[in-house]
Amino acid sequence: MTVAVTVFPGSNCEHDVVFALEDLGVDAELVWHREKDLSGFSGVVLPGGFAHGDYLRTGAIARFSPIMTEVRRMAGEGAPVLGICNGFQILTEAGLLPGVLLANRDLRFICRKVHVRVESNTSILTRSARVGDVLEIPLNSYEGNYTLDPANPDGRVVLSYSDENGTVSEAANPNGSAGNIAGIAGRAGNVAGLMPHPERAIDTLLGSTDGRVLLKSFVASVSEFAAGRPADV
Amino acid sequence: MRATVQVTRRSDIADPQGAAVLRGLRDLGFSEVASVRIDKVITLVVETIDAERAKADIEDMCEQLLANPVMEDYEIRLLEEDGDTA
Repeated sequence: MTVAVTVFPGSNCEHDVVFALEDLGVDAELVWHREKDLSGFSGVVLPGGFAHGDYLRTGAIARFSPIMTEVRRMAGEGAPVLGICNGFQILTEAGLLPGVLLANRDLRFICRKVHVRVESNTSILTRSARVGDVLEIPLNSYEGNYTLDPANPDGRVVLSYSDENGTVSEAANPNGSAGNIAGIAGRAGNVAGLMPHPERAIDTLLGSTDGRVLLKSFVASVSEFAAGRPADV
Repeated sequence: MRATVQVTRRSDIADPQGAAVLRGLRDLGFSEVASVRIDKVITLVVETIDAERAKADIEDMCEQLLANPVMEDYEIRLLEEDGDTA
């Protein structure tokens, strides 16, 4: 059972994701974006960075990389597919998750820890957490301002920006995201994306271990999928 | 054949760049500026003289890559080689 971690030109969080997944007990392998066969893998993570330089729009070019045909196939088969930061942007551009990520409300790159509240625990990202849990996780992005697609209301909010007590308010919204949305899942629950970086919050040395429960959720879904059970949770 | 595609943020989606430039212009004393919107212009050279086909192709390009319909509209202009509108 191995997770594919995609590498586009400009990805820069892929080693952190591999480290985090292996720390949680699952094998993970870097896979170059031109790969056309992911049949040996039981799940996919699209990590953060600046795929293809973020040219035109974030994720716009990455969406056409050959590996995305396989990511789409796996998503359709129920395999866990997780996009973190730039990976989330790619999944929205690819239409695997609804909405779009715009420049932050204040046009500033945000690089700090934020609090997020778990809003749903029926996704590959949150199944091991409890609704209402508050997690402290680093946010590192310029285009993190989540905007809904009125034509495609299929997504489900799984994480919201909140204060440390779990209160979701405009004051706790770092980037202008609609409804403080920090992470969503598709209708089936096996495709999810979030802007904060759980892989950077997996060890006390990094200042927080709150990202573990999210990646643990993903790993649990990958195990189920590998064992032949669908990842709907 | 040359063409331009003007990619415009949909009116119901905030344009913080435009808002920042508007504030800057007002700070400079241009108090009559009512609104500012930052658009993108993409210039293409398409190797065909068939304007209709070029336009249809560019429509496809916009739908598939050049614009994101969730947040953007687009307008295509075909230009002759000398730059005039066809």
